[in-house]
Amino acid sequence: MTAPGSQDQSEIFRGTAGGSALLGDARSTAGNNAAATPAFVLGEELADIADDDERIVVLTADLAKANRVTDFAERHPQRFFNVGIAEKNMVTIAAGMAASGLVPYAATFSAFAALLCCEQIRTDCAYTRMPVRIVGHHSGMSMGFYGTSHHSLEDLGIMRTIADLTVVCATDANHLRAVLRASVDHPGAMYLRLGRGRDPEVYATVPELSFGTAIRLRDGADVAILTTGSEVRPSLDAAALLAADGIEATVFDVHTVKPLDLEAVAAAAALGTVVTVEEHNRTNGLGSAVAEALLEGGFGTVNFRRHGVPDEHVPIGPPAALYAHYQLDADGIAAVVRATLQRVG
Amino acid sequence: MFTRSGTQQRSELVAKLADRARFVRTETVRLTRIAGAGHYTATFSAAELFAALYYSELRIDPSNPQWTDRDRFVLSKGHAAIGWFPLLADLGYFDAAELETFTRFGSRFGDHPDMKKVLGADFSSGSLGHGLSIAVGMALAGRLAGSDHRTWCMLGDGELCEGQIWEAAMSAGHFKLGNLVVVVDRNQLCIDGFTDDVMTVEPIEDRFAAFGWATRRIDGHDLDAILDTFGDLSRSAVGTPTAIIADTVKGKGVRRMELSPHWHVGNLVGTDYDDVMAELMAEPLGVEA
Repeated sequence: MTAPGSQDQSEIFRGTAGGSALLGDARSTAGNNAAATPAFVLGEELADIADDDERIVVLTADLAKANRVTDFAERHPQRFFNVGIAEKNMVTIAAGMAASGLVPYAATFSAFAALLCCEQIRTDCAYTRMPVRIVGHHSGMSMGFYGTSHHSLEDLGIMRTIADLTVVCATDANHLRAVLRASVDHPGAMYLRLGRGRDPEVYATVPELSFGTAIRLRDGADVAILTTGSEVRPSLDAAALLAADGIEATVFDVHTVKPLDLEAVAAAAALGTVVTVEEHNRTNGLGSAVAEALLEGGFGTVNFRRHGVPDEHVPIGPPAALYAHYQLDADGIAAVVRATLQRVG
Repeated sequence: MFTRSGTQQRSELVAKLADRARFVRTETVRLTRIAGAGHYTATFSAAELFAALYYSELRIDPSNPQWTDRDRFVLSKGHAAIGWFPLLADLGYFDAAELETFTRFGSRFGDHPDMKKVLGADFSSGSLGHGLSIAVGMALAGRLAGSDHRTWCMLGDGELCEGQIWEAAMSAGHFKLGNLVVVVDRNQLCIDGFTDDVMTVEPIEDRFAAFGWATRRIDGHDLDAILDTFGDLSRSAVGTPTAIIADTVKGKGVRRMELSPHWHVGNLVGTDYDDVMAELMAEPLGVEA
């Protein structure tokens, strides 16, 4: 398996990259460009949007460095609110602000956003259809050895069960920019899932984006890979590895987990073999959503595999080691796809 | 409206508010019969506070429910909505006849308020502990917009056990929200009994003061005292948030319910209904003898 990579995760709390090795890059065998650290553009992009839109406000809970909303705070200090380590208060304050006409972005670690604030998101944001954007960053296992308390492998399942809530995963910096721009006037509440915020590049430019419509990143006739967020890059790299063996994969970036793009699911089903890849518990995430759509869509027999983290709490280790352990790096995904194809000969 | 204690104008206002407080109670009894169960007692305790807020203090315009500069009111103890809806109807936010659908399938009115369905409801509530954070958000938004509106939030006393209340209280002090006023309906009981037995919430004034709030403590059934206290508040967007701890009696106005742990949710049937209605109509409350 891939080498476990760097142990250094201090950048998460420092908020500045450089000097330290990247986290999670061991997932990417094709894009081995550790020298170029992708920027965490959340605060900068929101500040750009806010230059022309006075409704934009940003809240965080003592993680302004980790999520780089400091970049917003510097340019729009009067519209930045750090509530201290009080995530539930943050989400509900955001709902109160939205009721007065503002468009709040409330950012914290996704484990705290989705698990600690689940009820505030349901009752105060979604039920009321307030335009609150809950930004859950450092999702999945990207916190590595900080452990299960800081991992977020349940958030998609929790969030997609809430009515009147749009659930979106950002893929990389340019994709995040597109998501943020599209989110401003999106009706109702939104849960926006980010990886570690410095995820390897998938989009060289800011993509065209419409919530609920997956982006087809690669065409191939043998297998469809439906993936999202932090697993898009390694899935594309896996597709390149498979192509070297003569296996051609279609890859969709299913950035909107809810509402799910049923046309993308149909296109995937037509290929006969469908593999979902996500940095999430296999239970109730993207894979489960796709499984539901496949069964209800009447597509006949589809060779289907949900690839993600098994229903267990993960071992201690740096992210790259965890991705390798769970076959969520490019090598692992390619192996899972090959095994899935072999089931039908 | 501002009136000075001891004047004829004040006496007339107090008489009017006492009548509207009684209306809150009788409507609560009537709507509970439609629903088959209801929160009588936590609504009775707040009746004078509701009346004073809605017929005297709040800067509102029922013909323009979305008025940007209106005072906001967040009913954090959402289970008192059964007595609040009739006030909103009485003020003209919607047709009182609609209340006949209360809790029935498809109604706009359930046991807890839904802001998307009830005009005049500035926010939805029901899950305790959220309202003060909502109010903090509204107060911050008001200040950001340069508005001089106030944000009011009514809390229950049992609700003070919720941790999020104190997260919000801390942030209101930190952000110096002089435009935020909390009214605690200190009716002494939560569902399982007296708060003193279930979970100590006192000293409420000291607790709010420790988070940077100004506090007042009043008899929450004494309309004169309520009006004096409300009339004494500033409208400054930057300053000290104010917590008014209103000592009340859960079930006030109906002797069998007063401070009884058995009436948090109930349903009066048969002659009990008539007896309670007669009791409420006979006794004017909220006016100092």
